[in-house]
Amino acid sequence: MSTTRETAPRVSGGFRVRRDSRLSRYGMLGLVAVCIGLAGLPYVVYESVTSSLVTLFVLIAMASMWNLLAGFGGMASIGQQAYVGIGGYTVIWAADQGINPFLGIAVAALFSAVLAVPTSLLAFRLRGDYFAVGTWVIAEVYRLLVIKSDSLGGPSGRALTGLSDMGLTARNAATYWAALVVAVVCVAAGYLLLRGRVGLSLTAVRDDEIAARAAGVDVTTAKRIVYLVSAAGCGAAGGVVVVDALSIQPTAIFSVQWSAYMIFIVVIGGIGYLEGPLLGAVVFFALQQYLADYGTWYLILLGVVAAASAVWMPRGLWGQVVHRTGLRLFPVGYRLDRTDQQ
Amino acid sequence: MTDPTHHLLELRGVTKRFGKVTVATDLDLVVSAGETLGIVGPNGAGKTSLFAMISGDLHPDSGAVLFAGRDITGVSAHRRARLGLGRTYQVPRPFEKMTVFENVLVAATTGAGTRGQAAATLAGETLDRTGMYDVANRVAGSLTLLQRKRLELARALATRPRLVLLDEVAGGLTDPEVAELVTLVRSLHDTGIAVVWIEHVVHALTATVDRLACLAGGRVVADGLPADVLADPTVRELYLGQAVATDEDVA
Repeated sequence: MSTTRETAPRVSGGFRVRRDSRLSRYGMLGLVAVCIGLAGLPYVVYESVTSSLVTLFVLIAMASMWNLLAGFGGMASIGQQAYVGIGGYTVIWAADQGINPFLGIAVAALFSAVLAVPTSLLAFRLRGDYFAVGTWVIAEVYRLLVIKSDSLGGPSGRALTGLSDMGLTARNAATYWAALVVAVVCVAAGYLLLRGRVGLSLTAVRDDEIAARAAGVDVTTAKRIVYLVSAAGCGAAGGVVVVDALSIQPTAIFSVQWSAYMIFIVVIGGIGYLEGPLLGAVVFFALQQYLADYGTWYLILLGVVAAASAVWMPRGLWGQVVHRTGLRLFPVGYRLDRTDQQ
Repeated sequence: MTDPTHHLLELRGVTKRFGKVTVATDLDLVVSAGETLGIVGPNGAGKTSLFAMISGDLHPDSGAVLFAGRDITGVSAHRRARLGLGRTYQVPRPFEKMTVFENVLVAATTGAGTRGQAAATLAGETLDRTGMYDVANRVAGSLTLLQRKRLELARALATRPRLVLLDEVAGGLTDPEVAELVTLVRSLHDTGIAVVWIEHVVHALTATVDRLACLAGGRVVADGLPADVLADPTVRELYLGQAVATDEDVA
């Protein structure tokens, strides 16, 4: 995630472009420090802390992917659980082939992206609300296909094999690190994607598809790239869920609640900002930790928070931060200056 | 100029219907390289639909669109932009959350196919040319109407077009603002870019264009020198009769 190449002003032709500010460089440094700190956590805190953080990392990964999809690609999917499930089952399948489940998470990401190709051909024929409902239906079809498959355990699911020879502490630490890596990779992938040339196109698509097309942007290809990346990320997250739970159950892994979580996190965090899902996931995770004991009231409260956020804070929490301070942790913008000035 | 091989843009028998509404009926139109063509016509004459069919936002039911000697009837809008067909929209469509520079940079990279410093230079020069450099790093959503119209034009120009379609860029502006835009459009003419300009502000058109075409009911009812077209009895009845009432500058 080095930014030194871009930080050096590119001089010639009377104009120069800058990508990041001092503020964003400090922000990025802070973020890297947080990641290093988190990576060392299994050595200093109880396993109960790290294992609950696995949930947070999974949420960050999934929400980042949904933010790319809906916030930049304009594709409000409620079917991303398809890839959570596919990723989960890929880890199970990989373990059957003797592949280490942690390695299986990478296979899960890859296989999810591969399946996303034909799925996108189908889903991309739909627009707006129909796309949303259509993706949900596709996810249900994948769930039913899995239930019909005896080798995948049918409706009752399967246990994950291949980790029994690992000690409990070592396994918990490895799961924690795997979840952290998946979250970091998902966030970093979103950042790198948006910082590159595709990112410029995608940001344009986010703001106005028709104008983007008139400016020469291949909107469909830009969207497909995002869809595949998003599938890979959700597949990896699903893999982590299975490694963490050591078992899989089709109705749970293909549950629409995953999409509901993603949407909630992105909406309160700030849709269309890379930082949004990070902030949103932390808030959601905190609510979950402190209010889960209240049962139904917890769900009602989540709904109230989401509705209130959508009405009074449409830019989300990070949108508020940007509005007030201009701070961006992930500098994806371009600033133009003249070389003969300053 | 009349040699068909020199036509940059050609519409051959283009027809488009939406249910019972016909927006183009067997419409023929040619634009030569470097030419500035003005298009007038009453509301609902099919002017904006014509642009949509040229830019690829809309596909004709029958007929063909040719650009630079190539049949582009089935070519998608983004490819047409890359081929050198730039356009502005009547209601400006800036990328609201991006800066002015980023807006233009999108066109310079995807439309004109430039990279890195070349893209920055193209975008920067386009901003200079359209008088938008001073607001280059402002978010496009915060611009005034005149600035939005200029940005529309800047984004179209940054694709390095051979032809730009201007859809009512002068609409809603004050007279001094219109004068500024006319100067800008004339400068395009000087650099050899062909322009097709739809405009209700007729004096802005007549001050600028080489040729004028009048559209009504999805057909070209008059096409020629601006003075001749404006003097045409059909045109006066169809278009100017209404326009005089709302726009004192026409006379």
